[in-house]
Amino acid sequence: MNQENELAVEHHEVGHVHRDDEGSKLGMWLFLFTEILLFGGLFVLYSGYRFAYPEGFVAAAAEMNTFIGAINTLILLTSSLSVALAIAALQRSQKKLCTSLLWFTILCGFAFLINKYFEWSHEIGNGIYPKGPALDNMSSGEIIYFGLYFTMTGLHGLHVIVGMTFIGIILSFIYRDKITSTNYQKLENAGLYWHLVDLIWIFLFPLFYLIH
Amino acid sequence: MAEQTAEHALEHYAPEHSAPAEQHAAGAGHAHMQGYGTYFMVWLGLVAFTAVTVTIAGLNLGSVTLITALVIASVKSFLVITYFMHVKNDSAILKVFIGICLLVFVIIMVLTFSDLSFR
Amino acid sequence: MANETAELHAPELHAPSANPNEVSYLEYQGKHKGILGWLLTTDHKRIALLYLMAVMTFFFVAMTLGILMRLEMLTPGETIMKPQTYNSVFTVHGVIMVFLFIIPGLPAIFGNFIMPIQIGAKDVAFPRLNLFSWYLYIAGGSLAILSLFTGGGAADTGWTFYVPYSIRSAQNVSMTTSAAFVLGFSSIVTGINFVVTIHRLRAPGMSWFRMPLFVWALYATSWIQVLATPVIGITLALIILERWIGIGVFDPALGGDPILYQHMFWIYSHPAVYIMILPAMGVVSEILPTFARKDIFGYKQIAISSLAIAIIGYLVWGHHMFVSGMSDTGRVVFSLLTFLVAIPTGVKVFNWVATLYKASIKFSAPLYFVLAFIFIFSVGGLTGLVLGTLATDVHLTDTYFVVAHFHYVMFGGMGTIFFASLHYWFPKVFGKMYSEKTAIIACTVFIVGFNMLYFPMFIMGYLGMPRRYFDYLPQYQGYHVFATVGSWVMVSGIVFMMGNLLYALLKGPKAPDNPWGGTTLEWRVPSPPPVENFDEIPIVTGGPYVHDRPTYIMKPSVELKHTNGDKTIKPTTEEAVH
Repeated sequence: MNQENELAVEHHEVGHVHRDDEGSKLGMWLFLFTEILLFGGLFVLYSGYRFAYPEGFVAAAAEMNTFIGAINTLILLTSSLSVALAIAALQRSQKKLCTSLLWFTILCGFAFLINKYFEWSHEIGNGIYPKGPALDNMSSGEIIYFGLYFTMTGLHGLHVIVGMTFIGIILSFIYRDKITSTNYQKLENAGLYWHLVDLIWIFLFPLFYLIH
Repeated sequence: MAEQTAEHALEHYAPEHSAPAEQHAAGAGHAHMQGYGTYFMVWLGLVAFTAVTVTIAGLNLGSVTLITALVIASVKSFLVITYFMHVKNDSAILKVFIGICLLVFVIIMVLTFSDLSFR
Repeated sequence: MANETAELHAPELHAPSANPNEVSYLEYQGKHKGILGWLLTTDHKRIALLYLMAVMTFFFVAMTLGILMRLEMLTPGETIMKPQTYNSVFTVHGVIMVFLFIIPGLPAIFGNFIMPIQIGAKDVAFPRLNLFSWYLYIAGGSLAILSLFTGGGAADTGWTFYVPYSIRSAQNVSMTTSAAFVLGFSSIVTGINFVVTIHRLRAPGMSWFRMPLFVWALYATSWIQVLATPVIGITLALIILERWIGIGVFDPALGGDPILYQHMFWIYSHPAVYIMILPAMGVVSEILPTFARKDIFGYKQIAISSLAIAIIGYLVWGHHMFVSGMSDTGRVVFSLLTFLVAIPTGVKVFNWVATLYKASIKFSAPLYFVLAFIFIFSVGGLTGLVLGTLATDVHLTDTYFVVAHFHYVMFGGMGTIFFASLHYWFPKVFGKMYSEKTAIIACTVFIVGFNMLYFPMFIMGYLGMPRRYFDYLPQYQGYHVFATVGSWVMVSGIVFMMGNLLYALLKGPKAPDNPWGGTTLEWRVPSPPPVENFDEIPIVTGGPYVHDRPTYIMKPSVELKHTNGDKTIKPTTEEAVH
């Protein structure tokens, strides 16, 4: 939530907001709940279909590249570390370190997306995509597996992009000193969003890549 | 019945208790500063758990793999939420809210499966 | 100038510059002038009026669609439209009524306007987000209307968009579902805003159990908005994806399970009906103590029952799916859980009636609406139990009995209270007074017409008339004709009611600050309120419905300066702001 953080103000601008870091954080968490339940719906569907088509899911998962999946997991975990460190750095007034860490986080996001791009290209190249030729010969379970795979990793990828954008905006605020060592709730909020992106992947990874 | 003058009682209604020196801005949050080291330790734990879950998946343990994977994922999530997202140092009410959100998800799963598992 | 942020800690001990509070919020010219002052406002009161105009417009569109439906049903077979058109008409009627009127109506209009004042705040926690939610609302509504005129016409699936038909239908299902998706976001944004506002911006001394019950209701509602809406968000997105690229998740031809779709749909849409009714119940809990001129009976129980309804509301969605093919175990579980929700609802109804017992009742238009509501909602609620019972539901589901039930609770419930809210808060919002006598006549016509329209549907449904059917057997025609005539009576009542209010807006006499003798904070500020609601944040010293002594200190800087412990407040055991 992008809040005006004006402290004492001379003009009496109607609708200006008092600074309330705790309220800002609360609002961000409530938004994260909506994201959790958005993906939660997809996880419910996944569970239902895995229960209904256990063999189909196993068969389809054989197509997955566990190595890339694991690398992507490590990338996101590391990016979560870097964003947490960035906040710690800013708390200690180390602006340079903070921004470097945030750039690193964005870099991790890029790396993740590039991996995803290769994965998807490979699968699509093999005709594995919704209504694709490879699916004609597949069982229902496999078709649903890939339907869920593209939907869930696609939606997740979208959130990675949003998260990177969010962090980019926060970077611009830090450079312009709108976020400082005593006023950094916006950065915290961006961090929270990024961690959520990581959390979702923590569950996507075993559910799609570790079915053997 | 204890009564107080209004001015005195007003002190009770400040949303933040007395602020430490470095954060005197009104409305400012009070983040406890977690050491860099803590974050690294958590990260190491996360990486270790990832390695464990990948290894177990390769061992062909059947349905145990799923349970183990989910348990490990939950532990990793707990670490991220508690330390990276600073919930450890957050207000009790926020922890309750997170619990509520997760409870809703669990309820949805359980009740949906009350249908799916008995068809 | 005094540090603005100090208000989070303590009210100002000297009067701030009262510049924006010299005029009402209606007349204030701030950073933006004229129409931009409305389209770019962040004042919760102006946003509430923006919502009012938008909501009323969409309501009338959907009401017109309803009239057209009833005209079509005057005779079996085609009367004024083709079957395909009829399907689209009832779909859009449902989509607009559900997503553009009933769900947002009370929170976005009266929640926005009244709630911040009732907790002693100057605005909501996130005013710009508030404006954003209105733009989302307009975007979603526009998409819904647009879907009528593009790509083959609006969806003809019913507002429930059941698969597989919603995947196969040649109509513009994607646009209609997109509309609902965007509207869901509007709802989520409002919910987040209200939860944070209620937690963080209550005036000093306003503990949780000193909040007005309308605020409690909005709080419970906002939680449902936050936690349930995303589920329908993803579900509708999946419909669109299914139509676009054929992911297979809901398509039976590819292995998908249509019943899973229904689960996902109703996981939101059942809690949604509590989003619809909880604020209405909150308003009832406001109006009754005012006109009974005594404290509400069982304040704590009513407050907790709002939360209980919100929670239990998550456990019952399967009762919409009893004949879908769900497992027997599932059906029994959901039927049993459904009975539970009647308990906190009953608590409310009994407490409301107890409030009126031995009260010094002052008759008025808002009270009249509320009394009508209690009767109508009871009919609706009891028939809900009939539908929640597995054995009877298998005969009544998908018949007109269901149509009657939900119109009694949704329209007769929320709708009646929407009208009641208009009449209760009209003087506060606009500073004008309407003709009470006309209002009561209009209300009577509305109620008579309402019952003429919907009661026969119970009988029809019981006798076997299916819902969403364009055609029907001749034996039902009598009931249909009676209902259609009822629809004309009802609409006349509504038009008459709106006309009365519109007239008052333009030519009515000035209203006093507190025409009804209400005890909550909104009645302590001028009618209409100034831009920042209060010159000083008040201090709360007691409950919201106390009639015999004041429980607010409206100008603490003045009133407290010269006390020696005369004006005391009893601090609560919990800290105020959490």
